[in-house]
Amino acid sequence: MNDAMPKWADIVLIPLINLALALFVSGLVVALIGKNPFEALYILVSGSVGSAYGWGYTLFYATNFIFTGLSVAVAFHARLFNIGGEGQAALGGLGVALVALSIDWPHWALALPVAVIGGMVFGALWAAVPAYLQVRRGSHIVITTIMFNYIAAALMVYLLANVLKVPGSASPETARFIEGARLPNAADILPWVGFSRSTPLNVSFLVAVLACIGVYFLIWRTRLGYEIRAFGHSEPAALYAGISPVRITMLAMLISGGLSGLMAINAVMGEAERLVLDPVQGAGFVGIAVALMGRSHPLGVFIAALLFGALYQGGAELTFEMNGMTREMILVIQALVILFTGALDNMVRSPVERMFLSRRRQPSAPLPTTPMTPGGHPDDAKVEP
Amino acid sequence: MDFLGVIQLLDSSLRLATPLLLACLAGLFSERAGIFDIGLEGKMLASAFFSAAVASYTGSVWIGLMAGIGASLVLAAIHGVASITFRGNQLISGVAINFLASGLTVVIGEAWFSLGGRTPQLEGAARFQEITLPFANAVRDVPYLGPIYADFLSGHSILVYVALALVPITWWVLFRTRFGLRLRAVGENPAAVDTAGVSVVGLRYAAVMICGVLTGIAGAYLATALSAGFVKEMSAGRGFIALAALIFAKWRPWYALGATLLFGLLEALGNRFQSLDLFGIPIPTQFMQALPYILTVVILAGFVGRAIPPRAGGEPYVKER
Amino acid sequence: MDETLAIELRGISKAFGPVQANKDISIQVKRGTIHGIIGENGAGKSTLMSILYGFYRADSGEVFIGGKKTEIPDSQAAIDAGIGMVFQHFKLVENFTVLENVILGAEDGRLLKPSLAKARKLLKKLADDYEMDVDPDAIIEDLGVGQQQRVEILKALYREADILILDEPTGVLTPAEADHLFRILKGLRDEGKTIILITHKLREIMEITDTVSVMRRGEMTATVKTAETSPEQLAELMVGRKVLLRVDKMPATPGDVVLEVENLRVVDDRNVERLRGIDLTIRAGEVLGIAGVSGNGQSELLEILGGYAKGTGVIRVNGQQIDITGSASVARTRRARGIAHVPEDRQREGLIMDYRAWENIGFGYHDDPKFNSGLLMDNSALKADCVDKMERFDVRPPDPNLAAKNFSGGNQQKIVLAREIERNPDLLLIGQPTRGVDIGAIEFIHQQIVALRDQGKAILLVSVELDEIMALSDRIAVMFDGRIMGERLPSETNQGELGLLMAGITEDAA
Repeated sequence: MNDAMPKWADIVLIPLINLALALFVSGLVVALIGKNPFEALYILVSGSVGSAYGWGYTLFYATNFIFTGLSVAVAFHARLFNIGGEGQAALGGLGVALVALSIDWPHWALALPVAVIGGMVFGALWAAVPAYLQVRRGSHIVITTIMFNYIAAALMVYLLANVLKVPGSASPETARFIEGARLPNAADILPWVGFSRSTPLNVSFLVAVLACIGVYFLIWRTRLGYEIRAFGHSEPAALYAGISPVRITMLAMLISGGLSGLMAINAVMGEAERLVLDPVQGAGFVGIAVALMGRSHPLGVFIAALLFGALYQGGAELTFEMNGMTREMILVIQALVILFTGALDNMVRSPVERMFLSRRRQPSAPLPTTPMTPGGHPDDAKVEP
Repeated sequence: MDFLGVIQLLDSSLRLATPLLLACLAGLFSERAGIFDIGLEGKMLASAFFSAAVASYTGSVWIGLMAGIGASLVLAAIHGVASITFRGNQLISGVAINFLASGLTVVIGEAWFSLGGRTPQLEGAARFQEITLPFANAVRDVPYLGPIYADFLSGHSILVYVALALVPITWWVLFRTRFGLRLRAVGENPAAVDTAGVSVVGLRYAAVMICGVLTGIAGAYLATALSAGFVKEMSAGRGFIALAALIFAKWRPWYALGATLLFGLLEALGNRFQSLDLFGIPIPTQFMQALPYILTVVILAGFVGRAIPPRAGGEPYVKER
Repeated sequence: MDETLAIELRGISKAFGPVQANKDISIQVKRGTIHGIIGENGAGKSTLMSILYGFYRADSGEVFIGGKKTEIPDSQAAIDAGIGMVFQHFKLVENFTVLENVILGAEDGRLLKPSLAKARKLLKKLADDYEMDVDPDAIIEDLGVGQQQRVEILKALYREADILILDEPTGVLTPAEADHLFRILKGLRDEGKTIILITHKLREIMEITDTVSVMRRGEMTATVKTAETSPEQLAELMVGRKVLLRVDKMPATPGDVVLEVENLRVVDDRNVERLRGIDLTIRAGEVLGIAGVSGNGQSELLEILGGYAKGTGVIRVNGQQIDITGSASVARTRRARGIAHVPEDRQREGLIMDYRAWENIGFGYHDDPKFNSGLLMDNSALKADCVDKMERFDVRPPDPNLAAKNFSGGNQQKIVLAREIERNPDLLLIGQPTRGVDIGAIEFIHQQIVALRDQGKAILLVSVELDEIMALSDRIAVMFDGRIMGERLPSETNQGELGLLMAGITEDAA
């Protein structure tokens, strides 16, 4: 999108620099609490991608983050900040569980599509209310989606403790899904790769890949995507062109909520095989970091999700192997990635832009702060193709 | 419920409203200057942890308070740099700060205390104690007015009175001083301030720092007065509720007092009536717990009417040609 | 060093990246004169003034104020040097009072109450001295534009400015208000103040300036005494070639009625009536020009005709009524009825600046089957269409993959025009067609409008440039305060009469 630097710099170089900065600061934090950052980094990397066992978990987590990352990305294209992925995914879990529990599924290939619909519908519904309030009442969608996260948590506790739990049991969780409603894991499908028998990685990963492709086509090849992006760039222009802000906001949020809800296929149907308290485990928030790093593009989201999957799995290893290290360290890294990629973006972008501009001989496009071509005769303006 | 019960409820409401009031005033300064701050939550959390940790370590709650304010100021500075100097997206910055606080408080807490993320229980001088206002015991027996003074108004920790005093102080600063005029101007039309020869950047940083101090006090209150120590995620969404109260209050200090007292009342009701029976239908505890969040949504959805935020809110200032 | 020079600039240069906005500019402004600076859009006038006011630092060159070399690193330094600037877009805080705006940044002391009291007295004195009547407790957003401008001038005088710079001050004023402003400026000059007037309006230069400097492409091309030059000479200096100030066209031959508007009323979101009962008709093959100062309802008229506002009343296109109140009152239905719209603000509404040219060529028409194949959009069809249009409308550079923001104003406008004209609409709505467009493109765009008219289309032209209205319209309607004050034929009226109507003065009102 930015013509002051080549595309590869915009999509790859800057996110990499941001990531490096985030890791560097995290390393400082690790050192500050008295641990060795290099040792930590080693455990992180080897634990996540150094073995088939590690890969299994890495890809499993990545699947979650692909869904939530796509969710945030789609909303971002409409200039909407959907922080409600956490709650939408929780409701998606409810949808998936209801589908799995209510019918005697003979085979997972039949249960899966219906569960997909169930998860997406519930997730979309949870996003619909904040979306509606934003368009009709001007309620700030950031605050309402955050509130809905809290409300979802309370709702799920209530349902699991009172309505959905197995009668006679004390644990707030549903019964285990029957055989036909459980997804086969990677060890069952690809035994020769060497994933551990109990790896959580399952068929949902393929669903996630399909989702990436689907989102790409949606955003850049369909009319709806054209309208979403136009609206995201300029609401007055959208009105001029006959694009309805209400319709676009609602649709974008519904799709976004649906994608978050889809995450439940992986966590609830693929791994836990029952509905428990908090199957989402913060994935909704990671989705924000993933979408930012991936620049809201499905390919970027995919790669960023892999990265965060590795971070999560590596982080888990770190908690086992390093005394005193907690899972929250990953939250810190995640926060730093969001900070550098999202808020401090210009800190990296400006120097990199200047570097590219000074190496170029031809005059370039106008600088980001001015709307019209500055100085000179307009018809003579040379621009970068 | 009898009169004494009402007094007790009001007493709890004030106690619970205090952190909201402080956070709300913090947000007020920031947003009036044009900087959206969704990171009130994270700053409060960070301050809660550091004030409790340092109070526990040094045995002095005042040093703890300073530490808490310091932590909050550091996060405020990050938000300022990201939003003002680097003209970044203020919402993203706030969200990042919230996560950062969530993560760091536990990581550091675990490293320092090995208690799974909390601090040890605070006792004695490491906590803010209740203050009895003069003559409280003497007038308690006066019908109606007595309990109001002795049980409702008196007996709070000092930060509650500080928070209450900050309301008129905020009003005075914003509307009776040169600084306040300029601060309000910079949130409406920063170009007007810039062309008048006053530094937009300076004013906005000042606002962000004031916000940091106030959220610092709010967080310290949570961990050293309202509770006796820090636990994971103890801010529990109060930073966001404070934002809703701010919108409800149309960015005015005295209305902010009313709005936050209302939320405090709600929370007090939720605590008092753990489970209600409304016309024979049992209301689950989870609903009572979710009530403040539901009310926030309801407020944002409509009863606010048209609340017009500072015109230049949320947008980085760039000199136009 | 000559002390009768209020300002002298020597060799000022400023570049933004590879673009040279100011090239070695030298200028001398005598004290106690009104000095005009004229040039096209993009000539570098605003950059020069921004340097004077401390917004930018020149790359090289020197500034002398009152004969003394002065550094101006920021606005405060400019104010200290006695420079006051009245910007084209006012720098006022809308919900503050006049008094608060005047003292902002020049308060006397930390507490407001004493500052306000002192300022009130001083303000009254200034207002009386210079005949600028304004209520100190009025809230800015309640004031008219002319009055707001007076507040800006008072701000500068309050800070004891000796040099007053005004950037395009009459863009938002009626001719009557502009005259009042000029009286004030002349008064200030006679008191010994120095005035710099930046404008692109030749008429104003001739009317009140003593000296005029012409800028072109970042350079100062000439400085002459106003009395010793003419508009034609100035125009040539501005552009570098003889400029056609008239448009050649045949008389119109209007056909059937295309657009009928009856008692149209539109209310804004603060419940203020913006259109108070508009009646008009346009026939095929004629141009109806809507004259008027910005903000008198023209934008609302375009918006409701274009389909993104609601109102009451009747609008008929080709005899059929269109819905203007309900959910079908949207731009899509307008387009389906044969209405095309070139909006007033092409960058905000007409184009998506970050979209490539080929993506913009279908903007508003992206539902068209020729741009779609099944579920997906047909990108190659869009690209081909774009190449075709770029060639026919001489868009430079003819690159469909270039983002809209990288085209010049004139070429951006050509893209929008091409898109809308090629739809073969029955009714074309055009707002401010040549705003921010260079002279070469202006000629082209005017020719296109006339050609369209000759093909039998109905055209509604809204413009704040009276020259343009007079040159292009077959009939002129003047809008003021949401009403049409009168209709005239261009051959039977003149700018003076139109100006009176624009100010709300009809023959009935004394």
